[in-house]
Amino acid sequence: MKTRHAFDMALQALQDDVLVLGDQVARALTVAVESLKNRDFEMAHAIIAEDKAIDALRYKIEGDALMLIATQQPMAGDMRSIAAALIIANELERIGDYAKGIARINLKIGAQPLLKPLVDIPRMAEIARWMIQHALQSFVHRDLTLAYEVIAKDEEVDALYDQVYSEVLTKLFSDVSKLEQGNLLVMAAHHLERAADRATNICERVIYCVTGQLLDTGNEDDVA
Amino acid sequence: MTSFPRISLRTESPSSALATETAPAIQVRHLQVWYGTKQALKDVTLDVPRGQITAFIGPSGCGKSTLLRSFNRMNDLIPGARVEGEVLIEGQNIYAADVDPVAVRRHVGMVFQKPNPFPKSIYENVAWGARINGYKGKMDDLVEAALRDAALWDEVKDKLNESGLSLSGGQQQRLCIARAIAIKPEIILMDEPCSALDPIATLKIEDLMRDLRERYTIVIVTHNMQQAARVSDYTAFFTVTPDRVGYLEEFGKTHQIFTNPRSKITEDYITGRFG
Amino acid sequence: MTSLASSSTVLTPTWAPIRGARRLWDRLLGPLALVATLLGLVVLVVLLIDVFRDGWPRLSWQFLTSFPSRKPEEAGILSALVGSLWLISLTALFAFPLGVGAAIYLEEYAPRSRFTEFIEVNIANLAGVPSIIYGLLGLEVFVRFLFPITNGRTILSGALTMTLLVLPMIIIATREALRAVPDSLRQAGLAMGATRWQVVRDLILPQALPGALTGTILALSRAIGETAPLITIGALTYIAYLPPFSLEGLRTPFTVLPIQIFNWVSRPQAGFHQAAAAGIIVLLVVLLSMNAGAIYLRNRFQRRTV
Repeated sequence: MKTRHAFDMALQALQDDVLVLGDQVARALTVAVESLKNRDFEMAHAIIAEDKAIDALRYKIEGDALMLIATQQPMAGDMRSIAAALIIANELERIGDYAKGIARINLKIGAQPLLKPLVDIPRMAEIARWMIQHALQSFVHRDLTLAYEVIAKDEEVDALYDQVYSEVLTKLFSDVSKLEQGNLLVMAAHHLERAADRATNICERVIYCVTGQLLDTGNEDDVA
Repeated sequence: MTSFPRISLRTESPSSALATETAPAIQVRHLQVWYGTKQALKDVTLDVPRGQITAFIGPSGCGKSTLLRSFNRMNDLIPGARVEGEVLIEGQNIYAADVDPVAVRRHVGMVFQKPNPFPKSIYENVAWGARINGYKGKMDDLVEAALRDAALWDEVKDKLNESGLSLSGGQQQRLCIARAIAIKPEIILMDEPCSALDPIATLKIEDLMRDLRERYTIVIVTHNMQQAARVSDYTAFFTVTPDRVGYLEEFGKTHQIFTNPRSKITEDYITGRFG
Repeated sequence: MTSLASSSTVLTPTWAPIRGARRLWDRLLGPLALVATLLGLVVLVVLLIDVFRDGWPRLSWQFLTSFPSRKPEEAGILSALVGSLWLISLTALFAFPLGVGAAIYLEEYAPRSRFTEFIEVNIANLAGVPSIIYGLLGLEVFVRFLFPITNGRTILSGALTMTLLVLPMIIIATREALRAVPDSLRQAGLAMGATRWQVVRDLILPQALPGALTGTILALSRAIGETAPLITIGALTYIAYLPPFSLEGLRTPFTVLPIQIFNWVSRPQAGFHQAAAAGIIVLLVVLLSMNAGAIYLRNRFQRRTV
């Protein structure tokens, strides 16, 4: 048995929890947008309720990580892994909140017909989901190349957001009564854009884990 | 302290390598140490920064204590010990032929693993070193200053005439530090100074080391990696070759060594996955 | 032994009593050791009682202050007592510095070499050499060869001979005392930039002194009872005067307690036998005083250095 076997198992369990959280969150995001597109309100309620489980898992990860720090005095690579796990869990939980936000938006728009059939928003969600899942994969395999790929994808999401924004604005010029819905749709797109940003944050953490360098990949915080 | 005669390390005073503010306190150049036929240390080259705390870490038998003892020529006391290479303190090679080891030890103090105060009074413990080195000033002031610097004065000021051995382990170790700094060395060597002490005494000594920094260059050998991480500014990691000869694997700022070491061997040792 | 395959999950230890030969020896050994101790003691006590019965009545101030005489009633022990005391003092004066110095050299300064090992082995041998050999050596060297200095069969020759006799014991005792000082003390002292002599003088010797002193006094108590070497170098048996307490007095003839006692015992008269018994008591008192002194000194030094 290698030295620190129990510690290694605990590190592995922490990482597994992060992956589970990532899966839940990615699914929540996808389903939220699906339910928005298909006007499925039951699904929206389910997403909102599920957010509790996401929060709980995130707190579990935090508790486990802190306990490892207190009891095992992790150094070097171990320390960076645990720090990365902590922060990635936080980012994932925020993405979960975005999913909940989109579900709420769905409920708020309610029975109204949509301004236009949703094309770009689902496209954004798809890319965001891809980014989340591959960010986590790069975390598991400590794959720098993959991390950089995910970071590069963020541009697409930003571009799509700009598109949604200008399209909705154009639609609103011709039909001012849909102001509230337009606003909500833009908010939903914004949530997705933020979700993609969070995914790049996760990749930054992966880079730190592997190289020990803290990088700012320069994603802007705000709506263009 | 102008009344304190300072013995030059050489019989004639050299003008080479004047000690500047940023020059390293100790420069080790291709040092090798043998005990009889067994080589203990292989080709060590290292600069110990002045006014900082440098920690030597590594597994048992990697030569860190041997290297430490070579800084004040205590290895000379071991029969069969042989040294090649140079150790430059303040620019002078202390292993040159005309250097008196006794003079070296005046400039390089040492604190040992198990506290070993002299079987004398607390006062005498601190005063003896100064006295035998020819101190002619006010001894009372010297003793008080040293005990204050060692964070021990308040605890012993009313019992200076009691035996040094009547103190607790942590206090005894601080007494040993006081007597070492009483003769104003440039460098203080500490060989696992806390390994025989309880955790609270250990933390007090660590605080003391931080206070002594800047005025002294401190080199500490420790088995306790968390202590090395807490206390030191620079860390040198030693390990052994397959045929059990010690060598220097990595040296750098403590922060870098413990968060992102360059060598995998260092990382394995620090994360406890050695062997 | 309970079987591990039994159904219970708790191992019940069996505290069976120890039986048989093991028990027997355990019970027997204490009392046997006591008997061995008592045997020696009993013999000693019997001897002492015998001596005291004979000698005690004879002990008096007159006995202690008179010189020997042909008449048993008038015989006294003064010259022998003074001779013994003076001899032992001189021996101590010569032997202690020499012995301690040699021990310090061998233990602290000499490098480990074939030569020092050779010396070590031989010192142990010398401690066991029969004392009459020292007497023969003393006769040749101190009495005859160094006649101009010692003036022949004198206290000076006696003291020098006894010095040689006790020197190995003192060296060994002092070396043991030096070895008992922990090496950490030497290291601490040397690390302060002290020379080896400073470390020995200020740190090691004070710690070793009690042991060295005890060893010395024990060696001297042995020497005070030595008769053969002194006879060999010619301590006379009939000294009816006190040597003058001066440097010249060292170069005069002398006698010691054991010789005087032996002389009285060899005479036929019962009176002399009583005197001999009284002399033995005096010798014992001197011996006990020396040992008590040793213990006192050792305790005093130990308290001071702790």
